[in-house]
Amino acid sequence: MFRTISVRLMQSIPVLLLVAVLSFILMHLLPGDPAVVIAGADATPAAVERIRRELGLDQSIWRQLLSWFLNLAQGKFGSSLMLNQTVLSAVGERLPVTLSLAALSLAIPLPIGIALGILAAYFRSSWIDAGVMAIALIGVSAPSFWIAIVSVILFSVKLGWVPSAGYAPLLTAGPGAWFASLIQPAMVLSLFQIGFLARMTRSAMLDVLEQDFIRTARAKGVSEWRTVGKHGFRNALVAVVTVSGIIVSLLIGGSVVVEQVFALPGIGRLVVQGIMARDYPLIQGTMLLFGFAFVLINVAVDIVYTLVDPRVRYD
Amino acid sequence: MAQQTLLSVENLTVQFRGDAGWVNAVEGVDFAVRAGECLGIVGESGSGKSVSALSILKLHGRANTRYASGTIRYGGHDLLTVSQRRLRQVRGGEIAMIFQDPMSSLNPVLSIADQIMEPLRQHQGLSARAARRRAVELLEMVRISDASRRIDDYPHRLSGGMRQRVMIAIAVACRPKLLIADEPTTALDVTIQSQILELLRELQREIGMSVILITHDLGVVAEFAQRVVVMYAGRVVESAAVPALFERPVHPYTEGLIRAVPDPDADVSRLATIPGNIPDPSTPIAGCRFNPRCSEAVKSCRTEPPALADAGAGHFARCPPRIAAGRTA
Repeated sequence: MFRTISVRLMQSIPVLLLVAVLSFILMHLLPGDPAVVIAGADATPAAVERIRRELGLDQSIWRQLLSWFLNLAQGKFGSSLMLNQTVLSAVGERLPVTLSLAALSLAIPLPIGIALGILAAYFRSSWIDAGVMAIALIGVSAPSFWIAIVSVILFSVKLGWVPSAGYAPLLTAGPGAWFASLIQPAMVLSLFQIGFLARMTRSAMLDVLEQDFIRTARAKGVSEWRTVGKHGFRNALVAVVTVSGIIVSLLIGGSVVVEQVFALPGIGRLVVQGIMARDYPLIQGTMLLFGFAFVLINVAVDIVYTLVDPRVRYD
Repeated sequence: MAQQTLLSVENLTVQFRGDAGWVNAVEGVDFAVRAGECLGIVGESGSGKSVSALSILKLHGRANTRYASGTIRYGGHDLLTVSQRRLRQVRGGEIAMIFQDPMSSLNPVLSIADQIMEPLRQHQGLSARAARRRAVELLEMVRISDASRRIDDYPHRLSGGMRQRVMIAIAVACRPKLLIADEPTTALDVTIQSQILELLRELQREIGMSVILITHDLGVVAEFAQRVVVMYAGRVVESAAVPALFERPVHPYTEGLIRAVPDPDADVSRLATIPGNIPDPSTPIAGCRFNPRCSEAVKSCRTEPPALADAGAGHFARCPPRIAAGRTA
């Protein structure tokens, strides 16, 4: 197990380096002089020069790349221009919001999506199957910003069940207010994931339920419930883990839109604000952190594979 | 040997859903297994022998199969109509089954221990510890060396022969009264085949169970079975005691099958075959289903569906002309 994890982590090092280089290049992909773009059209030449020096743009590109890596090695991800704080502390402040949202948006769709997928596969071609697939189709095809707006109109404006925007921290506002502030955005994010998970679980289960070992389980006198749940689902789990990994990755992107719509002060909203304000070091730093998160999610998924399927090994 | 009948299949018709509606996979199948005996069922691929065997425990998928007629008499009940609860007690507890392909019949993500312990815990209510101890004994019984270590392996670490041994261990775990072996050696090497069959024979003696051995290999039947049922195109065409069948086959199809077994001592340049192919079940043949391939077919063979008739001394065949002629080959 330890070996598997270390092998997989080592394999991810080149990817992490590549992510770091790519986010470095971002600054240099800007049309024209980044310092001018950042300073704005009305800035004085002195101000542009000051920004250029601050960002180290007066040095050669290789020197800049070297100092970028040296800074990263020391855990310096750069400083935001608009917030007057480092990228890490800006992200750290907003991390609880995004993590709360992500945790809820994973805890809701996982059991629902999986259960719907199994039901649809077991009752294949029945009205249950058709119903689940219809829900799934709506879930994967309706855009989340639209669902968010419709949901706000219905649940916040008309029914008044939950606040339409804002975040209540768990520690200061209490779990009730925290949950109320997150449940609506989490449901909006979950709808897509329920549909996605249900479809993928269904197709994995349809495949598994056709296998000979399912017949063996029945021939042993194992109950239908255990045949499907234990013998069937354990085999479909590889596909479900893959989809769950993708879902966590999608949550990072999905949170950008949903945090914006529901005015949640999370990392997604930070990125949007950074883009609006042309805060390039902030965008660069958050992009790098997102990249690291993606890589770690994939490593985690690969490690879970080895727990789920004894045939998978990395060495 | 006047033994008691353990299980009898009567007038079984099983239908599969095809592109053009329901098609008979097997039709009016009758056979019976006596306590302690080995009954062989032989036939080509598609003759309905596996379909019949899977029907005994109702192991066909519900969506595309239906049991259109017949009864499967076992212990005073019809297995086709007993409750789901009773059926589950019978499955694995009283009637067990092993399958053709040991590579795909074991669950790849569950350990051997888990898979052998399952019927023990299910039917005998053993504790996890007792079931595990029994599972090791079972692995030793099917001659898997180093059983106490092997038990924690996963199926992909075992060879085909070993996996079939594990399947057998699972099947005999609860000392069943009947073991249905559906082509248990077809997917295995020839050298392993005889070991597996020998193992089955020993276990049969030890447990005192009956065995239904489904195979396309007449040699296997000759060696292991006491009685044999020959199937062709979804129907039983002949059933007899093994010596009688090999000495005096009544049905021309059986005769052809026996002739097709190569004789290692004979000096022949061509192997004997039966001309033609097994018919497609979706396009029924009028009269005897074997008539297009039969060299002796007369007019009535093409119009009258033949009945399974007594050819004397418990020997039944579905060939009226030959029975009427009292002729045996």
